[in-house]
Amino acid sequence: MDMTDLKIKATRIRMDVLRMIHRAKAGHTGGSLSNTDILTALYYRVMRINPADPKWPDRDRFIASKGHAVESLWCILADLGFFPKEELDTFCQFGTRLIGHPNNKVPGIEMNTGALGHGLSIAVGMALAAKRDGKGYRVFCLMGDGEQAEGSVWEAAMAGAHYGLDNLVGIIDRNGLQISGSTEDVMAIEPLDTKWKAFGWHVVAVDGHDMDALVKVLESAPEVPGKPTLVLARTVKARGVSFAENIPGWHHRVPNDEELQRALAELAAYEAQLKREGGRAEA
Amino acid sequence: MSNTIPNRQVICETLMELAKDDRDIMVLASDSRGSAAMGPFAKAFPDQFVEVGIAEQNIVGIAAGLAHSGKKPFVTSPACFLSMRSIEQIKVDAAYSNTNVKLVGISGGISYGALGMSHHSLQDIAVTRAIPGLAVILPADRHETKRMTQALVRHEGPVYVRIGRNPVEDVYESADGEFVIGKAVTMRDGTDLTIIAAGETVRVALDAEALLRDMGVSCRVLNMHTIKPLDEEAVLRAARETGHIITVEEHSIHGGLGAAVAETVIQHHPVPMRIFGIPDEPAIAGKTAEVFRHYGISAENLADAALRLISRKRQERER
Repeated sequence: MDMTDLKIKATRIRMDVLRMIHRAKAGHTGGSLSNTDILTALYYRVMRINPADPKWPDRDRFIASKGHAVESLWCILADLGFFPKEELDTFCQFGTRLIGHPNNKVPGIEMNTGALGHGLSIAVGMALAAKRDGKGYRVFCLMGDGEQAEGSVWEAAMAGAHYGLDNLVGIIDRNGLQISGSTEDVMAIEPLDTKWKAFGWHVVAVDGHDMDALVKVLESAPEVPGKPTLVLARTVKARGVSFAENIPGWHHRVPNDEELQRALAELAAYEAQLKREGGRAEA
Repeated sequence: MSNTIPNRQVICETLMELAKDDRDIMVLASDSRGSAAMGPFAKAFPDQFVEVGIAEQNIVGIAAGLAHSGKKPFVTSPACFLSMRSIEQIKVDAAYSNTNVKLVGISGGISYGALGMSHHSLQDIAVTRAIPGLAVILPADRHETKRMTQALVRHEGPVYVRIGRNPVEDVYESADGEFVIGKAVTMRDGTDLTIIAAGETVRVALDAEALLRDMGVSCRVLNMHTIKPLDEEAVLRAARETGHIITVEEHSIHGGLGAAVAETVIQHHPVPMRIFGIPDEPAIAGKTAEVFRHYGISAENLADAALRLISRKRQERER
């Protein structure tokens, strides 16, 4: 998928996310919109996956360690055909498998997550298995920035470097906010880049909404043999919805009817703009 | 005591036998390869061994990732840390995600004797058996440990195993026979009462049975090596056929084997019960036998309790 198509796809996923959360009257709006571009880059361009064969042994693995921002993942997996798109209507409803966190009863989900600080350890195990078996797949693990306060993240960081897992890519969705406010007010985690470097990782900073830059960084990882890569993706919480961006309350606020219409109109206008620009590029 | 081989050594030797032909068997340690007796495995199968350092949360997560990739990881870490420090990883990464992770809690119960409550694991059965999808097993001796280890390699799914640190006296004559997860073993049949034990207390239960036999009491002894899924059928048969149940375990009296048996008995066939274990307090310091004796986990005390239980029932019947 080319850059314009990726950007259009991410915009449509955002619209799906908002509609789904509005319908369910539940969900993590902010974090799902901040990670949408990262997931779009991974699922539509970077990762080797096959929706028709979700357990293909040589597939790249994705672990959503910040499991609460699952909405964009559900919408992407449905769009790619891992499960029927109509099932998105069941999100968070009684008896659904599309719960508010990744659920491995759904094709395309590797592991159940939701308790923070677990994903990177699991990803280390998967990357280690690939190394021991001489397999070529890569493992991507998306973490939150608030999650960096979990001690187990750093246990896994140590192990990833210790075992030289250059098939492992950690990504931090650095939107700067967690449920109680700014990460730096709640529990200061900076300087993240030097912390991860000190733990033995190759660190790359990137604008987490710049599709060209994201694809370049994620496609080229690992850049340093013998080292895991940490992609520090600067993002904006609730990206794409002007009145929700950067507001902590939108961590898990649900848009009302009027807010949904405003948000969809903004995104539709952005999509139209992308199409015009894409058209110019092609001409 | 005749046996000098601790159960941890048996697990290592059994896994080494099987790992030759099964390259997916892996052992993980948290700076615990010595206390887990896994040094020989690490040496012989470096590609199938993973050292994680002192990081019990990480060891379970890594094992889950390995299992997800088709490996058969055995996490070997002190039961006190494994069952508490990493309980959320056990709940989510092992049980909820249903990964084929075998968690081997070593030096369990009061094995660490004088090291205090931080190193005792007397709540591990209570917490692990409350987790859906996780089997909980305590092998009784080295022979059963061997059978169990073979069964665990064949079994697909998460299991928590607890073993003690020191050699335990044999309760079986050999390692022949099959270990069936979830199936209690009738060690002695009897009709007057049943003693249900698990792990190292099976030996105590058998000794109590011998004393009772000399006094003309017919005592059934069940080795409930799998505490979850509990063999409810064997428990209820014991309740119906013998009318009295004593449980004995190296665990807090809250939430362990006794609680599991009582939950079944009270709902389906209530009979008088006694639960022997470690009371709700930081356990006193000492060697296993000393601590057991202090808390009444001895053949003599169990036999005495059995007599009182039976005579009470007999008196009631006579009235």
